[in-house]
Amino acid sequence: MAGIFLILASVSLGAEDRIHKVQNVFDPHSTPAHGILGIAWIVLAICALIFVVVGSLLVYAIWRFREKRGDQGTEPPQVYGSNQIEMAWTVIPLLIVLVLILVTARTTIEIDEPAFPADALQIQVVGHQWWWEVVYPEQGFITANEIHIPVSSEDDPRPAIIQLASADVAHSFWVPQLGGKRDLLPNHPNRMWIEPEQTGVYWGNCAEFCGTQHANMLIRVVVDTPEEFEAWVLNQQRPPREDPAVAGGRHIFETMTCINCHAVGEKGAQNGFGPDLTHLMTRGTIGAGVGETSRDDLYQWLKDPDSMKPGCYMPDMKLSERQLNKLTDYLTTLK
Amino acid sequence: MSTSDSNASQGSIQSTEALQAEAASRSRILEWIMTVDHKRLGIMYILAGLVFFVVAGIMAALIRIQLAVPHNHFLGPEVFNRMFTMHGTSMVFLFGMPTIAGLANYLIPLMVGTRDMAFPRLNAFGFWIFLFGGCLLFYSYLGAPGIYGSGSAPDVGWFAYAPLTSKVFSRGHTVDYWALSILLTGIGSLATAVNIIATVFCLRCKGMTLFRLPLFVWMVLVTAFLMVLALPPLSAAQIMLLLDRFLGAGFFDTQTGGSAVIWQHFFWIFGHPEVYILILPGFAVVSEIIPVFSRKPIFGYPVMVAASIMITFISLGVWAHHMFTIGMTSVGNVFFATSTLLIAIPTGIKIFNWLGTMWGGSLRFEPPMLFCMGFLFQFLAAGLTGVMLAIVPFDWQLSDSYFVVAHFHYVLVGGLLFTVFAAVYYWYPKVTGRMLGGRIGKWHFWLLVVGFNLTFGVQHFLGLLGMPRRIYTYEAGRGWELWNMISTIGVVFQAAAILLFVYNLVHSWYRGKQAGPDPWDAWTLEWATSSPPPSYNFRQLPEVGSRRPLWDLKHPDDPDWYHEE
Repeated sequence: MAGIFLILASVSLGAEDRIHKVQNVFDPHSTPAHGILGIAWIVLAICALIFVVVGSLLVYAIWRFREKRGDQGTEPPQVYGSNQIEMAWTVIPLLIVLVLILVTARTTIEIDEPAFPADALQIQVVGHQWWWEVVYPEQGFITANEIHIPVSSEDDPRPAIIQLASADVAHSFWVPQLGGKRDLLPNHPNRMWIEPEQTGVYWGNCAEFCGTQHANMLIRVVVDTPEEFEAWVLNQQRPPREDPAVAGGRHIFETMTCINCHAVGEKGAQNGFGPDLTHLMTRGTIGAGVGETSRDDLYQWLKDPDSMKPGCYMPDMKLSERQLNKLTDYLTTLK
Repeated sequence: MSTSDSNASQGSIQSTEALQAEAASRSRILEWIMTVDHKRLGIMYILAGLVFFVVAGIMAALIRIQLAVPHNHFLGPEVFNRMFTMHGTSMVFLFGMPTIAGLANYLIPLMVGTRDMAFPRLNAFGFWIFLFGGCLLFYSYLGAPGIYGSGSAPDVGWFAYAPLTSKVFSRGHTVDYWALSILLTGIGSLATAVNIIATVFCLRCKGMTLFRLPLFVWMVLVTAFLMVLALPPLSAAQIMLLLDRFLGAGFFDTQTGGSAVIWQHFFWIFGHPEVYILILPGFAVVSEIIPVFSRKPIFGYPVMVAASIMITFISLGVWAHHMFTIGMTSVGNVFFATSTLLIAIPTGIKIFNWLGTMWGGSLRFEPPMLFCMGFLFQFLAAGLTGVMLAIVPFDWQLSDSYFVVAHFHYVLVGGLLFTVFAAVYYWYPKVTGRMLGGRIGKWHFWLLVVGFNLTFGVQHFLGLLGMPRRIYTYEAGRGWELWNMISTIGVVFQAAAILLFVYNLVHSWYRGKQAGPDPWDAWTLEWATSSPPPSYNFRQLPEVGSRRPLWDLKHPDDPDWYHEE
């Protein structure tokens, strides 16, 4: 069993340099995930040892004590038990369990109750059916489905504290290379933290079944260099671009009920019912991962959302081809 | 065993025969419908369970086909979500529970040497209310058009986390059918549990002290106590959910200030003991079969009894290990990790005692024993992945991933299902008077071992590669394609195994070798009567002097009572 896990541990070594689509628990890139892997190796080693020892005893017993030719008509010696042996196989597991309890307690407290610098980055993530609202309260802007954080190093530790809440049902935030999962529950605020030491885009999923489109509720955590992160923040803080060339599309956006759910800057719904679109084109995907922010995908998404994400709450507005083109043109300017 | 001369028992035989004469005038189907005989009810429980097993198994196969390749369009999200909800709910409540009730019903009166369960009418009531509950769940496909029009069914997962089940997020009546169905099958299970407890405590034959009970009876007895303790919280939760949905009570409706977390506590305070309700009867079967096919008494009988009781107690205090990711305090997390790890000790003791029973024996690998051997290895693996899941930080990674799916299928398929097959191969001759085909049985076993381990073994890796459970589709390039394909290929082997099993059941019913009363040269009382047993079980109620009354009878020179403590 240990061998299999070792093979598995090497699976993702060949992954592309910056896109971390393969999220291997054995290949952590962030502090709490490292701590979890540390204790995981301890328990894996102990369990593998137990499996090998007990399994070998079973195989040996099955082979050694199988019925032989001369056995017919006779019964083997009848043995009813032994208190010494029972005592041995009670006490040894008890000692192993005690060790496991102690390491579990230590690691649990280390990860769940850390001391943070006062200026640690604060992010709020709100789970929705079926997308993630991402709020940067100190920087003062809202985005969706993609979380940018600066990379951490020993000289410049930059832990990100993520406050978790849900607007509707239970969700769970899970990016295995960065840390364990934590649930987003209505009326039950939660908190987790990550501190990645490598830049790149990390893929994750909602891990608690949350309804029809639970499968397409993907997370992308973008770990930037500190400079990239500052630039990204500055851009997000800017008001939306006003390109006169796409005024027609903007008019459609503002009059065809899009703004009942979505916001672009000051305009539109500020209730977070649908993702904030102020800087839509700075994100890599739409529909929480069902498509890219390309013109083609956006067009298709506006034309028939159900074809990309069946059962989602984005309605089909029955727009004409002309309206669709104008609206798509407008959205592609939201950089 | 010596014969008892009891006039009272003579009287009850006559009255049973009079009842039989009356019954013969009715049609045969009506006879089964109106029966209060524990053996007939036991058979009906197991057959009903097998029907639901096949239906829920087909659903699992469809789920695996959908997941075989990325971006598959075989099933849509709505259909997929209903499938895994119905699969899980059916396998736990409509296959696991009734199969256990069926085995208990059929075997306990025979094993303790009496004529029927303590409350035969309650027994029949329990069966029919279970069957009604099961039909109600599937009727939701017809009767509960949700927001998607007709052809709807519950789609909230088998543990139905709040507030996804509230009126706002689950319109239509699918969740109502789900809650009512579980409420009704729960009442059936409670009736069975009460009946088991009363039968074991009040109807044992002469000489059958509690410490001479077959281990099967002991373990089913502690299971019955666990049912009595664990099912009421579930029933309460279902009633609260129905109050929420029909009367706006707001227990779990977060939008009116209810709590999503409290549903999880209610569900798992039932749900974790439920795991032991399902697996303890598996232990019970193994504890009967391994000794007979090793030709030795069970090693450490009193320790096995003590370990079962310990498991029962500890299992009531481990439920929140399903909730390590909800953000409990570290004290809460470590408490539930501790209790969960402690339960590994009595469970380990059992495995060691089965090993001790085999040690120095003369092992005969007929199909019942083969399935027990499969159980030992697979349950060992299941127990060890259970230890991994108890380690709180590791669980933060593994929880709700395919690792968990793999773990509990190793418990419930590798563990429980294998023991159910062992039980069927072992007691089919008693029930029908004919042997199941041994060669087909071996094919059935090996195909199932290969298929099961292919399907669920690789799911451990999927979990470690970040695949969450209950997703109907996934994009390519996440490292999941290969393992998902292997997992689906395993289904082919499993399906072939089940088909062989069904063929074996039907074929042996007509063509099987005559079994005789005691085909396995076994030692417990059910083998002392004819196969199939008469409706009154024993002409004269037996009297026993040890844990292996038939051993004493076959070996008068060296009876067990010289050796037992």
